[in-house]
Amino acid sequence: MARIFAFITHKNGLADDSAFELASAARRIDSTSSPTALVTGSGSELDAVCAAVGSSYADVWKIGNEKLTYPNAELVRKALIQVLPAGAVVLIPHNHFGIDLGPGLSVKLDAAFVSDALGIDGLEGSFLKAVRQEFGGQVSAHVRCDISSGAVITIRPGAFKPLELPALNGTVLDKSAEIGALESGRQYLGTIVAESGDVDITKHQILVSIGRGIQDKENVAIAEELAEALGAAVSCSRPVVDAKWLPKSRQVGSSGQTVKPKVYLACGISGSFQHLAGIKGNPFIVAINKNPKAPIFQVADLGIVDDVLEFIPAFTDRIREVSGGKTNAAGVGQ
Amino acid sequence: MEILVCVKRVPDTSENEIQLNAAGNDIERDDLVYSINEPDNYAVEEALQIVAKTGGNVTVATVGGEDDEEVLRREMAMGAKQGVLISDEAFNGSDGKGIATILKAYVQKNHYDLILTGIQADDGAAQVGGMLAAMIDYPFASLVNSIEVLDGKKLKVSREIEGGNKEINEIDLPCVLSIQTGINEPRYVGMKGIRQVASVEIPTFGASDLSVDEGSIGEAGAKVKRVDYFVPAAGKGAEMLTGGRQANIDKVIELLKAKGGLN
Amino acid sequence: MFDLPSPSQSTYWLIPGRFLFLTIPLLGAGLFSYIIWKRLVPLLFHSAPDFRLNSASTRIKRVLKFWLGQWKQPRYAGAGALHIVIFAGFLVLAARSISLIILGVSAGFALPGSSGTLGHLYDIVEDYTATLVFIAVVIAAIRRGVFKPARYAVPARYGKEHTAEALLVLGLIAILMLSGSLFEGSQAAFQVQQGQAAPATLPLTLAWAFKEALASVSLPLLGNLHLAAYLVHELTFFTFLCFLPLGKHFHVITSLFNVYFAKLDRGTLKPVRWGVADDELDQVKSFGVKKFDDFTWKHMLDFYSCADCGRCSDNCPANAVGRPLSPRFITIKARDYSFGHYPIFGKASNGTALIGSVYSEDEIWSCTTCGACEEECPLLVEYIDKIVDLRRGMVDDGNVPQSLQKPLKALETRGNPYGKPDKKRADWAKAADFQPSCKLKLLGGNGKSDATSAETLYFVDSITSYDDRIQSIGRATARILDHVGEDFGILGAAEKDSGHEVRRFGEETLFMALRDANADAIRASGARRIVTADPHAYNALKHDYKDLPPVEHISQVIAREVKSGKLKLNPVQDENKVYTYHDPCYLGRHNQVYDDPRDVLDAIPGLKRVEMARSRDRSFCCGGGGLMLFYEPKEDQRMGVKRVKMAAEAGANVIVTACPFCMVNIEDAIKVAGLESEMTVIDLAELVDRQTARSQTKVAVEDAGVEPASIG
Repeated sequence: MARIFAFITHKNGLADDSAFELASAARRIDSTSSPTALVTGSGSELDAVCAAVGSSYADVWKIGNEKLTYPNAELVRKALIQVLPAGAVVLIPHNHFGIDLGPGLSVKLDAAFVSDALGIDGLEGSFLKAVRQEFGGQVSAHVRCDISSGAVITIRPGAFKPLELPALNGTVLDKSAEIGALESGRQYLGTIVAESGDVDITKHQILVSIGRGIQDKENVAIAEELAEALGAAVSCSRPVVDAKWLPKSRQVGSSGQTVKPKVYLACGISGSFQHLAGIKGNPFIVAINKNPKAPIFQVADLGIVDDVLEFIPAFTDRIREVSGGKTNAAGVGQ
Repeated sequence: MEILVCVKRVPDTSENEIQLNAAGNDIERDDLVYSINEPDNYAVEEALQIVAKTGGNVTVATVGGEDDEEVLRREMAMGAKQGVLISDEAFNGSDGKGIATILKAYVQKNHYDLILTGIQADDGAAQVGGMLAAMIDYPFASLVNSIEVLDGKKLKVSREIEGGNKEINEIDLPCVLSIQTGINEPRYVGMKGIRQVASVEIPTFGASDLSVDEGSIGEAGAKVKRVDYFVPAAGKGAEMLTGGRQANIDKVIELLKAKGGLN
Repeated sequence: MFDLPSPSQSTYWLIPGRFLFLTIPLLGAGLFSYIIWKRLVPLLFHSAPDFRLNSASTRIKRVLKFWLGQWKQPRYAGAGALHIVIFAGFLVLAARSISLIILGVSAGFALPGSSGTLGHLYDIVEDYTATLVFIAVVIAAIRRGVFKPARYAVPARYGKEHTAEALLVLGLIAILMLSGSLFEGSQAAFQVQQGQAAPATLPLTLAWAFKEALASVSLPLLGNLHLAAYLVHELTFFTFLCFLPLGKHFHVITSLFNVYFAKLDRGTLKPVRWGVADDELDQVKSFGVKKFDDFTWKHMLDFYSCADCGRCSDNCPANAVGRPLSPRFITIKARDYSFGHYPIFGKASNGTALIGSVYSEDEIWSCTTCGACEEECPLLVEYIDKIVDLRRGMVDDGNVPQSLQKPLKALETRGNPYGKPDKKRADWAKAADFQPSCKLKLLGGNGKSDATSAETLYFVDSITSYDDRIQSIGRATARILDHVGEDFGILGAAEKDSGHEVRRFGEETLFMALRDANADAIRASGARRIVTADPHAYNALKHDYKDLPPVEHISQVIAREVKSGKLKLNPVQDENKVYTYHDPCYLGRHNQVYDDPRDVLDAIPGLKRVEMARSRDRSFCCGGGGLMLFYEPKEDQRMGVKRVKMAAEAGANVIVTACPFCMVNIEDAIKVAGLESEMTVIDLAELVDRQTARSQTKVAVEDAGVEPASIG
């Protein structure tokens, strides 16, 4: 069995959740394997991350270089192909970085590429069986991948539970010298941080989240009223932002914010995985949707088939009655 | 600037109608409505806006069959100068790398300053653009949501990353970019425009016209194969409330109190 | 004994009167002709064709009604009265003006017949007329200058106020009346002083007032006043004449023609290009109006004929809710553009794109095509065709708002704007509680082997087919048809959207595709009559489609069956309900079906009905239908909300409407306005369905989950 590597993405010296999920995925490929973590970066932050992932990975390859301070996928690829052995299986989280790195890396390694795997069924000789989704998540597919000359696999964030094992004490191997000069036709200039807007949805305990089911810009007010009664904030899914009914700062999802509330009211949200990817911490999810087949009902705790435009105002009225006009302190964020 | 946009004809998924067929080996395609992959449409619009400023032409190409010509025509009605169909039986069944290999063979017979693809298509793989770039050694950036032409040699592009943030990069031409939806507001393509390009010649390139590396194309060359489609058995899912609206509301309030979400 | 000096025989500052008063008219008329010629140039040489020469006798009758009869003026009573006086005055005084002019070269000239009875009668009428006109312009000037009625106001973005122009013209008219009366009055005073028989000056006329005022003025002075009055009159007359084509008073000249050439067939749209048949349209490279000279000559005549009265914008619902559309300024801006680019003196300049310079995109997309502007305009200026033409131009250029692109694409691929599968179009008829209650055939348009045919086709159209709430209107309509014994069916999945809004949003090619598909299916169905509950479909099938069987709206069918006694209606349950009928634009204003729905309501025993202030042809648009439901306008308020408040003001708590789009907009508006406990809305077909006295076991009337079940 070829060596399995997991590419660790990190920010401000902290490894992302995906780092630990990839370890889990690696074990699904080969339960006997001990995957090696690949960490690029520079300085003390790189060291901190290497130390942190050492609790889940027996081997950590540290690849440090000034030019890798910010993860530019073009440069990372050039670095990786210098150090990876032939036939390696490389796991990367399927996020904006993995999408950038994965395909090109698979070409340079002459390895197979499986994108956005959300399940691994195991190996059959040199064939890996995995599960993907197509058509916007409406159907799943089993894929069979010839990994005899290696593979690059991007793993859907959150699809695998973070690995929980008694803590390892991973060895950090410094591979920085092997990567050679790093040049590429693409230079990172900087990051423009999105305006946080008036409301920081990541700080709220209760979120009233609206989707396409709200139908119209004017109806957002209905959600605002409920949020007020609950001491909550209004967040939303991508279509609401695309239609310009709420600013981007309110979007929950893989290209928006990640939130960890106690209670999440999904109103008129269908439940695409990109949206759900932004919800962490296992909140109590109440879903209201007119379509009984909406995928959100698969992940919600409580489901109500109803028209949000009718349900929400009635709900707001009842909350007000019950609380007798007092603000809901439980919902107020820290 | 000569720009190539690689496009794909895909089924419309917005109505959540995708279902398995009776045999269980594919989706039910009979009543599906097909159209251009939405991100590809944004890419073509972006290309048109760029050449409007810099001069040059936009070519749209697709790897497929006769049925796929309609999306080429639609993008030509939008303003692309040339449509190209890359088609051969030998190409059928190619995996993503195979498609990229085929496109590479086409690209190398021409010169393009800029190659665009949509971020991803119906299979959600988001792979062909990045693979093509690596095969021809062009710099690459994915999830591009803004392009500024700096001069004849470089572009300033922004990528959509988490939290709505934007990663700003400078990238040398020629390069490959995969485009995220929302980068612009695509112009409308009316039926009149489509009718006007209905009889324009679309050249077809087959395996013999392009020198394709046989090993990676077609079903035989595919390293990744889809075995089947399936719909996973529904898990436990939500506890569905079945009362009237008021009863449901009261139940929710009761549970919210229990969960600490209400005083 | 002195002779009253006559202008033709006197000398004005060394210039012989006859010469002066030959020259002034010649110069004046010459300049006027030149100006008119320059104004005609764009119409004659730089415009699109427009076929307006048909039905001469109908056109003449309309001229008598709308031009001579000032038919629309009284809709605004005060201004209307003033205008009728001034208009009538102009006509009456025409003879006087002509004879006055000729008097300048031929002393003692009098028009033939002026010394007889008719002539004397004319003198009386003419004096009072001049006086009334004078009073009218004074009142008008005070009204305009002091009270400033709101509809004349010019919003900042459109430039400066037009008050100066208005007061100038009123002033010129006043001077004409005064100088003409002074000419007469001074003559009378002169002759009275000399003891001669004076031509009668009637009491309380201006002429009489002058005569009295000048009673003791010396004869030489009287003579000079007489001559001065003539000169002032002459100069003012020709100044006014040449001023007319320079501004809004061009309508004085063009109104007769504008009314004569006005559009005869309501509810229709002009073709993409007159003279080019549908199958020849490939030859037309550019659709719609993009530059000024894409307008037809009649549209340009409209621009000239606008009197800037503001009545259109005053009634425009888009304007009332703060959308960037003001019909008055669609016209005024185009007129000013025309004046600027085809100047009287100077070279004509090339046209630039109108959208983005003269008009904004939102301005043009804001229109719901309700027709209130056209209904109001006293000069019969047309708006809808122009808006549609401008939209055609934008569509041709690919310049369509993103929010509309999705439904248009869905219409192209699935035949409905919602993107729902076309094969599910007839699923509304499969509702479990509906099937046993109603026999409904699927007509042969599907090309299926088990095709059936029927006498009557019920054309459902998209919203009634697919919208969960509106499907109940479809079922109610079907039950009614069944109850009155119609042999009817629907086209089912073979039906496509009627394309009514598609056409009015400028996508002519897509409209033609929908129309042709539907026309084929309708013909294949063998139906000899079409009924629909959707006024937009009604208007499309009646006016946009050709060679179809006759079309009726369900309200017309119900009214007929109620009158014949076949349909009996139960009394209302709830005594506290007060009903008001909201006229849908495409049933009422565009097709003049006002009474049938009202007769139906009045036939329900015990039903209390009130009329809103704005009803019938002044009905206020709910917000629009079809693609308008997808458009995201910038507005201060929803049209529906304004309408719901009008209903409340009229004392109603139930709004009855006969259009599915009105239903959607008004239901939404009730929620947005927070008036759920005070106002409900029901469709006429739903109401009739519920109130129908059925002898067999009570049919389960469904609860749409919304209002119908709760209405008494």
